[in-house]
Amino acid sequence: MQRNVAVVGVGQTAFGEHWERSFRDLFVTAGVRALEDAGVGGDEIDAMYGGNMSAGQFIRQEHVAALIADYAGLATEGVPATRVEAADASGGLAFRQAVLDVASGASDVVVASGVEKMTDLGSDETNDALAGSADREWEVFGGGNVAALYALMARAHMNRYGTTRRELSQVAVKNHRHASGNEYAQYTNEVSAEVVESTPYVAEPLRAFDCSPASDGAAAVVVVPAEDATAYVDDPVYVEATEQASDSLTVHDRRDITALDATSEAAERAYAEANFSPGDIDFAEVHDSYTIGEVLAVEDLGFAEKGEGGGFIDEGRASVGGETPVNPSGGLKACGHPLGATGVRQVVDATRQLRGDAGTQVEDGSVAVTQNVGGTGGTAVVNVLSDGGSV
Amino acid sequence: MGAGIVSYGGYVPRYRIRTEEIARVWGDDADAVEGGLRVGSKSVPDEDEDTATISVEAARRALDRTSVDGDGIGAIYVGSESHPYAVKPTATIVGAAVGATPLMTAADMEFACKAGTAGIQAVLGLVESGRIDNGMAIGADVSQGAPGDALEYSAAAGGAAFVVGDQNVVAEIEDTVSYTSDTPDFWRREGERYPQHGERFTGKPAYFKHTEGASNELLDRLDASPDDYDHAVFHQPNGKFPARVAESLGFDEEQYATGLLAPDIGNTYSGASLLGLVAVLDEAEAGERIFFVSFGSGAGSDAFSLTVRDGIEEKRTGLRETLEDVEYVDYAQYAKHKGKIKDE
Repeated sequence: MQRNVAVVGVGQTAFGEHWERSFRDLFVTAGVRALEDAGVGGDEIDAMYGGNMSAGQFIRQEHVAALIADYAGLATEGVPATRVEAADASGGLAFRQAVLDVASGASDVVVASGVEKMTDLGSDETNDALAGSADREWEVFGGGNVAALYALMARAHMNRYGTTRRELSQVAVKNHRHASGNEYAQYTNEVSAEVVESTPYVAEPLRAFDCSPASDGAAAVVVVPAEDATAYVDDPVYVEATEQASDSLTVHDRRDITALDATSEAAERAYAEANFSPGDIDFAEVHDSYTIGEVLAVEDLGFAEKGEGGGFIDEGRASVGGETPVNPSGGLKACGHPLGATGVRQVVDATRQLRGDAGTQVEDGSVAVTQNVGGTGGTAVVNVLSDGGSV
Repeated sequence: MGAGIVSYGGYVPRYRIRTEEIARVWGDDADAVEGGLRVGSKSVPDEDEDTATISVEAARRALDRTSVDGDGIGAIYVGSESHPYAVKPTATIVGAAVGATPLMTAADMEFACKAGTAGIQAVLGLVESGRIDNGMAIGADVSQGAPGDALEYSAAAGGAAFVVGDQNVVAEIEDTVSYTSDTPDFWRREGERYPQHGERFTGKPAYFKHTEGASNELLDRLDASPDDYDHAVFHQPNGKFPARVAESLGFDEEQYATGLLAPDIGNTYSGASLLGLVAVLDEAEAGERIFFVSFGSGAGSDAFSLTVRDGIEEKRTGLRETLEDVEYVDYAQYAKHKGKIKDE
């Protein structure tokens, strides 16, 4: 990067069913919280990037970047506002674009936000909108919605590596337990593996509690040049790397359906850029839109050998207190998954952890990874963040 | 003594269909549905039963155990969302059947599942103002759920009638308040056969918000708490919602169990909360207090505080016992009873 970048402010709404709140209420709330956290005024903002997957289908609203700038009170400031879309990796991309904007020297104070308002639609329409992250012609028209495609990956992983139903359940069990301390999470109740395994099938072997919920929510962060960071806050979080990779949109064209190559490719580049290895990572926020997604993530990010992700989680090594806590926030499963907001929310949660003020706090965490996936893995964004202690 | 309930009667058709039978047809997981809704079976009307026949049956039962006869009824309001006619009142059919016509006022009401309690409030106003001595409010439905829709597991049939007056009152209405907003959680447009609903939107922002809103307002006004009541009855679209709202308000199972019928008969819509009140009045003793709250989509709740008075023993109807006389039907019979299939 041309110059180093730091996160100096984070904010989010609670994630959940916000029946009484609109799309614009959500992003304004998250944005104001992030600006207040950074001590930045609206007139200091040089650029804005907004991650959003599908406002056009969920609320019949496009052109949402201008809407965000307008309702942020910046209509008269002429601030460039750009919507970024990569299905449910939109938030991760918005963050990356904000970081690159500052890193390039083009802007000094940039806001990255993510927002999705999902609960205005019924479940059939919601599922159809979600299916837009897969290949409509080759997958969706043939019946392959996102849950079904992740179910194929889960089944293949079980067959090839002996990953068990119970190991998948442990992802949900752990993430609900982690979320019990997170005041912004949609679900703070604990669940047992037996409960997970008693919920109805969505796409065999995945059951209802293997799936992240439909949620409303927004998250925002403020990024500035690293050299200026301490002028804003005492405890900035440094962006050690931000990388992104693409893969075939269709699952059937992938090299291997038991891995997300976009994740491993982005992670490899990010680790090289930051000069870290997987063993240096203290904790991670990963994309568990389905429980199998977290199993793939811990493997593709290098925390566990390929095929051993399920056991890694089942043995408690991904739990807070374990060797590499994964989703200490509760992940998408328990925090909720307002598609475009998730990638930014991961950065918000990693920042809270690195500052030491998370609801379920990881001990001695100074280097974090966030991994945000679009749909079934056509896009992945991997960020490495640190508290600066190891830089 | 203030005005209140003089007599009452409830009626539920004897046919039932089990949740597992509906789940069998649609390929759903019966245990998951039953666990989610806490409805094990629902009532099914006979082929020739409709809101008018159910209303007449409930009205006759209400008049069976009172000295008030048809001539003494100055008003009849029938609340339902399944009136047999779009234009032509059900209330006149009931008035004629019980001999209340012609010197009376009559009208049909609609407010989703709470039109029956809206009728009680209207009659109460006429009684308290001295316009009439006694009036009758009825809530009844043969509710509709589209085949395969989640509603099909609960949409049931039944109704209840209440004679409200200011003489020989067996349950005094101490106060009533309503909590109303324009909330599109559930609706059926003119000409449509089956209602539509907003899925999870029917819960927190609709049922719970309005039920809790009316309940808390009534408790505040009376400076009362849940501990002051012996019984609590809530609208029961399923077995889960009324239990959850009761507990969130601070009532315990002992208070709400007597009036909770939905697990066995499903959601009788305009009849649902009223039938729960019938079941409670059948058990309650003089001096006991009843907390009673309806809910209607669209949306609103009417909350009532009642105190049971002497004479209640002579009014008991034995509703719970009648609910044990059932005949289970399969989905094919159910489809015929509900007019989902017809002979040509």
